[in-house]
Amino acid sequence: MTTEMAEPASKIELPAGVGGGGEIPTFHITLRVRRYNPEVSEEAAWEDHQLTMYGTDRVLDALHKVKWEIDGSLSFRRSCAHGICGSDAMRINGRNRLACKTLLKDLDTSKPITVEPIKGLPVEKDLIVDMEPFFQSFREVMPFLINKGHEPTKERLQSIEDRERFDDTTKCILCAACTSSCPVFWTDGQYFGPAAIVNAHRFIFDSRDDAGDMRLEILNDKEGVWRCRTTFNCSEACPRGIQVTQAIAEVKQAILGRKI
Amino acid sequence: MQVHKYDVVIVGAGGAGMRAAIESGQRARTAVLTKLYPTRSHTGAAQGGMCAALANVEEDNWEWHTFDTIKGGDYLVDQDAAEVMAKEAIDAVLDLEKMGLPFNRTPEGRIDQRRFGGHTRDHGKAPVRRACYAADRTGHMILQTLYQNCVKHNVEFYNEYYVLDLLLVEEDAVREDGTPYKQKRVAGVVSYDLASGELHVFQAKSVVFASGGAGKVFKTTSNAHTLTGDGMGIAFRRGIPLEDMEFFQFHPTGLAGLGILLTEGARGEGAILRNSEGERFMERYAPTIKDLAPRDIVARAMANEVREGRGCGPDKDYVLLDLTHLEPEHIEAKLPDITEFARTYLGVEPFTDPVPVFPTAHYAMGGIPTNIATEVLQDNDTVVPGLFAAGEVACVSVHGSNRLGTNSLLDINVFGKRAGIAAAEYSKTADFVELPEDPEAQTRGMLDGLLGGTGTERVAQIRKELQDTMDANMQVFRTKESLEKVLSDIASFEERYKNVVVQDKGKRFNLDLLEAVELGFLLDMAKVMTVGALHREESRGGHYREDFPDRDDEKFMKHSMAYKDSSVTTESSAESVAGIRLETKPVVFTRYEPMERKY
Repeated sequence: MTTEMAEPASKIELPAGVGGGGEIPTFHITLRVRRYNPEVSEEAAWEDHQLTMYGTDRVLDALHKVKWEIDGSLSFRRSCAHGICGSDAMRINGRNRLACKTLLKDLDTSKPITVEPIKGLPVEKDLIVDMEPFFQSFREVMPFLINKGHEPTKERLQSIEDRERFDDTTKCILCAACTSSCPVFWTDGQYFGPAAIVNAHRFIFDSRDDAGDMRLEILNDKEGVWRCRTTFNCSEACPRGIQVTQAIAEVKQAILGRKI
Repeated sequence: MQVHKYDVVIVGAGGAGMRAAIESGQRARTAVLTKLYPTRSHTGAAQGGMCAALANVEEDNWEWHTFDTIKGGDYLVDQDAAEVMAKEAIDAVLDLEKMGLPFNRTPEGRIDQRRFGGHTRDHGKAPVRRACYAADRTGHMILQTLYQNCVKHNVEFYNEYYVLDLLLVEEDAVREDGTPYKQKRVAGVVSYDLASGELHVFQAKSVVFASGGAGKVFKTTSNAHTLTGDGMGIAFRRGIPLEDMEFFQFHPTGLAGLGILLTEGARGEGAILRNSEGERFMERYAPTIKDLAPRDIVARAMANEVREGRGCGPDKDYVLLDLTHLEPEHIEAKLPDITEFARTYLGVEPFTDPVPVFPTAHYAMGGIPTNIATEVLQDNDTVVPGLFAAGEVACVSVHGSNRLGTNSLLDINVFGKRAGIAAAEYSKTADFVELPEDPEAQTRGMLDGLLGGTGTERVAQIRKELQDTMDANMQVFRTKESLEKVLSDIASFEERYKNVVVQDKGKRFNLDLLEAVELGFLLDMAKVMTVGALHREESRGGHYREDFPDRDDEKFMKHSMAYKDSSVTTESSAESVAGIRLETKPVVFTRYEPMERKY
């Protein structure tokens, strides 16, 4: 049950300067983007743009500035622009991040900011990669609830603790930042990759699901969890703060525990 | 050009489209065409919850929910539709739970529920806990759960296929009273494959539009870049009317300056709004339910506080959402995402400092008119056989002039399911309608025109100016003068749009071309919205005319229906706007008489 809260005061003294704001400074950046368009050339190349940006701007705003004001052919995916839809995972200064969630002021603006497509998936054009292999791995782990019992007329019951058990892995937005930061995935296109394992975890540890064994069998495969070398790149890359490496470790343990 | 043939084609893969696909895919050969990968859809950005009178934590019933929905919509709601939605809400939530959605739970293990704006116990007596939720990412969970179930049922997706035209044929027909008319029938859709730049025609017995809203006509908006009114625009251009487009919802709590959504669930969990004097100003505007008044009332109150000089910040242009009196653990458990938004994008720590907020354009109450069976109407009561719509693109109308929070996640599930079943069932009884000759000709002409243009006008510049004038003149407060300003601005944008430049001339992922096409839809939608707002000389729900501040049931208790009509010119009459004909449609009443709307 929700905690009952005391009625808040109808008027309070606000300390001076509360609510932030103030002058928004502008600053200059060099945006260095990896361009590639096979309709024009088979070679990819770096392209620099000098831009004046504002304090609250994100890397996505810089990309839009180029596309909207300088060169409309610069191509990248984006939609929600606040870290929820997972469209704009890219490699920013060598790290996988969402362009809409990376504030320019948090980067070193004294040096060029490099932006390139995520690695390990075929580049289609500029920052756009072919996501199909990524979604294929996702589909292979049976990412949906399988319940063999009779359907109750009302909801299935689940305790708060059981619900909490898999909360972290429900946050995944399938942006591929984790999978495309994984060195094993780069060198071995067959590896399921962290995101697929995260989504398997989300069901394996859901008390309502009955197909954990089947998923563990799939992940016990030679291309499954055992390829993971625990480099933690995936956890660092996750824009949703999911403890990806831990989730993979829990799946590994579940496979071992099952065998014993 | 390639031609595909399906029993059912669904346009859009957000909540409504995927909910429809799960039903349709099990009954008929179905394809889902989507501009984005399904999990990118903006359903995923919804936060707070989905209301259903489960009565898991306190007494509740669907009749109260129906009443709240009707009153919340300022009585412009079709009451039969609201009843359907509130009744079927309960199964809609239970369906999602059975599909695997991880709702938050009560100590007894049942689906937990929390308070939300305008949802009340016993016809307005006090706020009620009706919103089922999963932290503050309920929409994310719904989108993921529906996608997971589409995978389970092997739903066939055409990802990054941008639908650009609806293929309709017209047949001579006669009404019961003997008057002849043109009956429209659906033949299919034309889509543009972003990866290859090729056009694909999809012939289908049934077409379901579930393509979402048009929030990008505004500058400050919670909507995604891709919400450009495509579905509404395509239908409108093919002679389908658009209903109640003047009603657009401004969500009270967008992050100031950015428009990023902070859920109303925050206020449901106890957060309150304060002005520069530290006052809980909603006490003055809605004495009974205060900060949990419906969105139109709260948004207007906020804008009024700012206008009267009680705004915060250096430019006094926002108010504050105060969560500082709540327990940090409680916030972390119930509202983790929005607190992170405040930290990431504004650098404000919500545990210790109030968060700057201002209303943000959020939701189109209007859209493609349908009946409660989700069948699209070509006029007030003539169904277009085989054409269906659900979700934000549609107007059933369950939201009337102001949608209650959580009712959109409900709408997509209830009417998405209905649309999927209805489209599949229709396809079993119907034959394919023969495609018109050169079905892609109009689309090809539009794209070639944009690609071959020799102009110099930038898409982004026109779009920015459109969004600026919409924010300045078509937002929370409207007047005859402000609306006429928008229309004269749009007229000049339309001229400039003819000289727009698409720099990218390639076929592969030409998103430059896509943005140019989207701008065309945005201009059409902004114009339809503004014409409706100009003609509605009253204030109701989300539409507030300072020059007509009262609701006028005698003249305006009716839906507006906007038709594209090239015979209408500015010379037709003093109030006419070129190309648009406005008509009205009666509101459906069942058991609730209009009352003054007080909270």
